[in-house]
Amino acid sequence: MTTAYNWTAIQADPRFQALHAKKTRFLWTLLAFSVVYYVMLPIGAAYFQNIFKIQVWGPLNVGLVFALSEFIVAWGVAIIYSRRANNEFDVLAREIVEQAHTMGSR
Amino acid sequence: MKSIVKWTGLAALLSSSLAFADGGAVHPQFRWLTFAVFGAIIALTMFVTYIASKKVKSASDFYTAGGGISGLQNGWAIAGDYLSAASFLGIAGLISLYGYDGFMYSVGFLVAYIVVLLVIAEPCRNIGKYTLADILAYRNDPKKTRIVGALSVITVSTFYLTAQMVGGGLLVKTLIGIEYEVSVVAVGILMLAYVLFGGMVATTYVQIIKAILLVTASIVLVMLVWAPYGFSIPDFLTSVVGDPKVQGQVAKVLGDSADNMTAAQLGQRFLEPGLYLKDPLDQISLGLALVFGTAGLPHILMRFFTVPTAQAARKSVIWAMGIIGGFYVLTIFLGMGAATHVGAGEITFVDKGGNMAAPMLAQYLGGGADSMLGNFMLAVVAAVAFATIVAVVAGLVLASASAMAHDLYVGVIRRHTTVTPDEQMKAARVATVIVGALAIVIGIAAKGQNVAHLVGLAFCVAASANLPCILLTLYWKKANTGGVMAGMVIGTLAAITLVLVSPNMTYPKLKLADAHKVLDGDQKKVKELQEKLAAATTPEEQAKLQKKIADAGEGAPSKLEKAKAKLETLTDPAQKAAQEKKVIGLEKSIKAAQDDLKKFEGQKTSMMGLEEPLIKLKNPGIISIPLGFLAVILGSLFYRDEKAAAMWDEVYVRQNTGIGAAKAQAH
Repeated sequence: MTTAYNWTAIQADPRFQALHAKKTRFLWTLLAFSVVYYVMLPIGAAYFQNIFKIQVWGPLNVGLVFALSEFIVAWGVAIIYSRRANNEFDVLAREIVEQAHTMGSR
Repeated sequence: MKSIVKWTGLAALLSSSLAFADGGAVHPQFRWLTFAVFGAIIALTMFVTYIASKKVKSASDFYTAGGGISGLQNGWAIAGDYLSAASFLGIAGLISLYGYDGFMYSVGFLVAYIVVLLVIAEPCRNIGKYTLADILAYRNDPKKTRIVGALSVITVSTFYLTAQMVGGGLLVKTLIGIEYEVSVVAVGILMLAYVLFGGMVATTYVQIIKAILLVTASIVLVMLVWAPYGFSIPDFLTSVVGDPKVQGQVAKVLGDSADNMTAAQLGQRFLEPGLYLKDPLDQISLGLALVFGTAGLPHILMRFFTVPTAQAARKSVIWAMGIIGGFYVLTIFLGMGAATHVGAGEITFVDKGGNMAAPMLAQYLGGGADSMLGNFMLAVVAAVAFATIVAVVAGLVLASASAMAHDLYVGVIRRHTTVTPDEQMKAARVATVIVGALAIVIGIAAKGQNVAHLVGLAFCVAASANLPCILLTLYWKKANTGGVMAGMVIGTLAAITLVLVSPNMTYPKLKLADAHKVLDGDQKKVKELQEKLAAATTPEEQAKLQKKIADAGEGAPSKLEKAKAKLETLTDPAQKAAQEKKVIGLEKSIKAAQDDLKKFEGQKTSMMGLEEPLIKLKNPGIISIPLGFLAVILGSLFYRDEKAAAMWDEVYVRQNTGIGAAKAQAH
């Protein structure tokens, strides 16, 4: 079944290259942002305790707000990614899948 | 399917004629209630297994439910697979004892799914079939990568499995007083029944049922904890920081440095970092292992082969993140509720690590240890915890059995011959029985061992070996067989070796010193305090320090005698009860110290021949993860592999578009 496609031609096709470029930039940016935002929590808890201790709403302090914001950010990243994937990447991929058998056959 | 009836009968028999160990959080009068709830949950899962067993006809059904699970179902199943007893009971317990630091664990467990969502779930669905090694074998040398891939899957799953079995046995013993060995066998037999007869179909539904029960039980508890404060966050937190039990616990944890703090400051300190996690580097290292390890856990990866498309895989991670994240937010209320209602003293009295915080909170909220409702709620939480262990263990056994049967037997040993569908099924079931039996044997053999670090080690191996190999195979043009071999071997060995020389191991010399400290008093601390005394200027300070010196220098046996003498003089029932607890606590610590003296007598070094740890890190991720990536990169650059290079275009196109994936799961 794999011989039915010319993979090199699909890979080189401008439509695939466009999908690849868009996805690569978007995914790794989001991933890098998420990991950095996450690592800021243990770093803050260890080295910036003075800031984490500041109370903002009753006993609620910056540290707790920051920890809770990690949840909001994680869910936010999930929503942003799924929107973009559903509306853009899936459409581009479907186009390539439909045209795949003609790519490289000319 | 007569045999299922037999299994159920056996399980029922086991639970009715159990030999009870003394103790257990449930009062003997209400034990029948616990068994009723346990029985109902077991019966429900057995019924589901019976239905599922009719659907499991091929190896594809057995390993991946024929790819017929929906995104929503799979999201719940991932949550059921991932929320282990460690995260439910363990994190609630850590929060109840140490406040903020316990909650920091929760965050890492959720953030991990961003990695899964963005770069792992969909490509794995598009490339893989049944196992982690399928992904590696597709592009690289199939025989070599299947062997290292399967070995790594079995290693990670065995670490995780051992921790679950030992934790489960202890948990059931603490909760209802059943003998450790009996509960390990019961967990093993139940799990085998699910997997053997119902394969991935039954495992999935058991995980869904368990996740729904866990989330529902937690929501009910949180409602009861939070409602008195009108669901206000500041009001709830104000009551937490103002609670004398919380303040007392903080003072106890901080020790000397709490001397000059007011009660209000002590309470507020509970919401600030640093009560539990003291080494920043270790903390970051643990965080990295959690975040990158989840994406390399075989039993989680396997879940993405059960859905039909990449879109469904994406949807299932989104659902899982909603459920898992929502659950972890609830752990704040569970933990802090337990801290104020039950109190750290009572919680650690039953279990030192705090694992009983959530069950004890349930008992309290239902009306306490003497009430019917209280014991019913405790029974429900206990049954949910039991279901949790069984469901997680089932997922782990399925992951290792598939590595054994699909990768090693069908993929390597029978590589040159055709394997009929019947033979594949048989191999899968035989492997399941082998892994299941091993799980029971390991569970019993590891009784009394310190296995707390094994879950961390499983995450660390997954992050240092599995993740670099999968990620670079999917995304890096130059990755090849050499890189995968080097990455798997070096990543795994680095993680394990670093743990073997870390403070996680048992060091007899340090243990003996600790035991002597308990029995004869802490002379080192006495010296420190005496130096302070020499520098002290005010009479109050001097008096305080002198009192401390006397306390530190006194061994537990003489303290015990004094405590007993004081008990005689007390008449007030409340004071008497408190003093009795103190006496029991002292007796316990003396016995533990004496046991340690006996156990480690004459021994000088740890398993690795060390007198003390070589490294300070308990979590080696920060060293082993970069090593794993480096090994894959260097291994690939120094190895010539024409197949991996030639397959790059195909792998990359397929992982991005899903071409051919529908066909892959049709057979």
